[in-house]
Amino acid sequence: MRLESLARLGRGGLGALERLGRAHLLLFAIVLGVGEILRRPRLLTAQIFNIGVLSLLIVGVSGLFVGMVLGLQGYYVLAQFGAAQSLGVMVATSLVRELGPVVTALLVAGRAGSALTAEIGLMKATEQLSGLEMMAVDPVRRILTPRFYGGVIAMPLLAAIFSAVGVLGGYFVGVGLLGVDEGAFWSQMQAKVDFDDVMDGIVKSLVFGVIVTWIALFEGYDTVPTSEGVSRSTTRSVVHAALVVLGVDFVLTALMFGG
Amino acid sequence: MVRDAGNPLPSEPLVDPSSPAAQAVDGSVASVANEPEVLVRIRGLSFRRGSRVIFDDLDLDIRRGSVTAVMGPSGTGKTTLLKLITGQLRPDAGRIEVDGEDVHRLDKSGLFRLRRRMGMLFQSGALLTDLTVFENVAYPLREHTDLRPSLLRKLVLLKLEAVGLRGARDLMPNELSGGMARRVALARAIALDPMMILYDEPFAGQDPISMGMLVSLIRQLNDAAGLTSVLVSHDVRETASIADDLYVISEGRVIAHGTPAELAADPSEEVRQFMDGLPDGPMHFHYPAPDLADDLRTRGGR
Amino acid sequence: MATRHTIEVTVGAFMALGFLALFFLAMQISNLSLDSTAEGYRLTARFANVGSIKVRAPVTVAGVRVGRVESLSFDKTTYEAVVTLRIDAGIDTLPEDTFANVFTSGLLGEQYIGLEPGGSQDYLRDGDEIVHTQSALVLEQMIGQFLFKKAGESG
Repeated sequence: MRLESLARLGRGGLGALERLGRAHLLLFAIVLGVGEILRRPRLLTAQIFNIGVLSLLIVGVSGLFVGMVLGLQGYYVLAQFGAAQSLGVMVATSLVRELGPVVTALLVAGRAGSALTAEIGLMKATEQLSGLEMMAVDPVRRILTPRFYGGVIAMPLLAAIFSAVGVLGGYFVGVGLLGVDEGAFWSQMQAKVDFDDVMDGIVKSLVFGVIVTWIALFEGYDTVPTSEGVSRSTTRSVVHAALVVLGVDFVLTALMFGG
Repeated sequence: MVRDAGNPLPSEPLVDPSSPAAQAVDGSVASVANEPEVLVRIRGLSFRRGSRVIFDDLDLDIRRGSVTAVMGPSGTGKTTLLKLITGQLRPDAGRIEVDGEDVHRLDKSGLFRLRRRMGMLFQSGALLTDLTVFENVAYPLREHTDLRPSLLRKLVLLKLEAVGLRGARDLMPNELSGGMARRVALARAIALDPMMILYDEPFAGQDPISMGMLVSLIRQLNDAAGLTSVLVSHDVRETASIADDLYVISEGRVIAHGTPAELAADPSEEVRQFMDGLPDGPMHFHYPAPDLADDLRTRGGR
Repeated sequence: MATRHTIEVTVGAFMALGFLALFFLAMQISNLSLDSTAEGYRLTARFANVGSIKVRAPVTVAGVRVGRVESLSFDKTTYEAVVTLRIDAGIDTLPEDTFANVFTSGLLGEQYIGLEPGGSQDYLRDGDEIVHTQSALVLEQMIGQFLFKKAGESG
């Protein structure tokens, strides 16, 4: 009996490893398909629309509220040390370095990643992917590659919008409502936030863009082609993307700001 | 999952190579093997899914210009056979040649070149749901040719006319009935004027009228355009009415081969059971399982 | 279903908005100056103790940032910390007898290097060393000295 559970553990481990291998092979094929979007840029435009434009509202509104909350919370903490003028620094640093890329990635995983998984999964379940293959069209290049690059391009832009809107939200609350000095808000921010911080944030969100779209596309492409399979894949896509984003965020933060 | 080794499988006599049916098949295959008009030649094909054997040393030939039907009970891997012929799946052993090319030795571009000359009609139609009927039929043309828009439009309308759906060109796939979707898919499959069309269960779930339309359509297309058609089905009557050549597969092997008339006269029990739709016979209604009484007495497990 | 043209227009607007946000982050928030720190000139200074100065810590004159700490190293013969400063190219009139201090912004804030210009007519140039330095004040040492002095007074 104990041996059986050990065997089950081994089977599970091998299965996970095999999935990981397939996911990497798929990513490789997707990335190599870049020629397809150079030949048909319209495919890419449509996907930037699906992933970027359609996520704009939720990202913008979330950014505004996160910035406003940061402004409120930060003010009460900083005011205790008599450092309310540093509010701008606090809001901008946390948004640009962390919250912008991470929260945007989580929102995109929920808003666009799940839709991608469901779309690809249903295309597989309804034999549309096989149909394309039979028309001598490579579904990886035609269907997956534009979605991948669309996500990778849209993510940093969305994260930048999130951070910018968030800073404005913090500004409205801090300067508008709580009476922090406007000059101090901006000047301290500009003195303490580096362009390197902004660059690090962009690099992070590029990595997250790869992670979120890759997981979403793989889950869809690898789905069990039944309605239950697609629904499980969609859930898994969001959960795995969120976990991997948070884990990778820790590693990236340690690499970028640790040294 | 419960497969008791001690339990004799009811199907064992079928795969026994000494049975008269198997010998008859071997003989007939040998007689057509060297004819040049064979378009698809399958030799020694074996394929398994997990531990389940789907095909076991299968030989099959499809003659150029014929309508060849592959029949068999559900779950005998008829769709799998089509996927093997088109290179979507790889066999564990054996060789499949289409028009002289070994499908599974081709590289990707070679395979895609070959597939441009093959059309396949999926059970569900497999239309692209975000494109109109017109765009679906135009898709392979746009993909593989550089036709002027006016010429492309004419071609698409002609193909749609051939399946009787020229008027439905602006509909979306979700506005079509199952039979219409299949006919649109047929128009798409013939868009590039292929040499061969593979039909996966074209009659499944169709009302009698659209079934009749599809039957005559398949025959007409085959004769008018000089195609080769491969038909996978378990609808005996419709299939027999248009096929030149019939193969009956069971348990991973060909158990009978011949013209519809020959098969109708075949005395062997399993062919009779399938052709006449008898509920019981050599092929059993039950999936292989241990004895019912033993199974019920067993405690625990499932 | 949005038409192809609408999609292209909205995608264009989206990308413009994204780049605008990036521009805002770069200019308004991080104050990316065009005379970046990669330009300018280098000065070195030796300190007995630099406290917790980090690479990229600000270098200020009269409270205005004029450069950044480029690197830190340890001189194993003199047991001193050697700090390389990169000063913005526009700030080219620092006198030779400029005084370099390690300061702390506020009680708990980060440490930075403050330069106090002297009165010399000769200016520091690329590669020069600031001779007059004062080390960081280490809180524990100060408290220790204070207690020691108190003990000496009372004893």
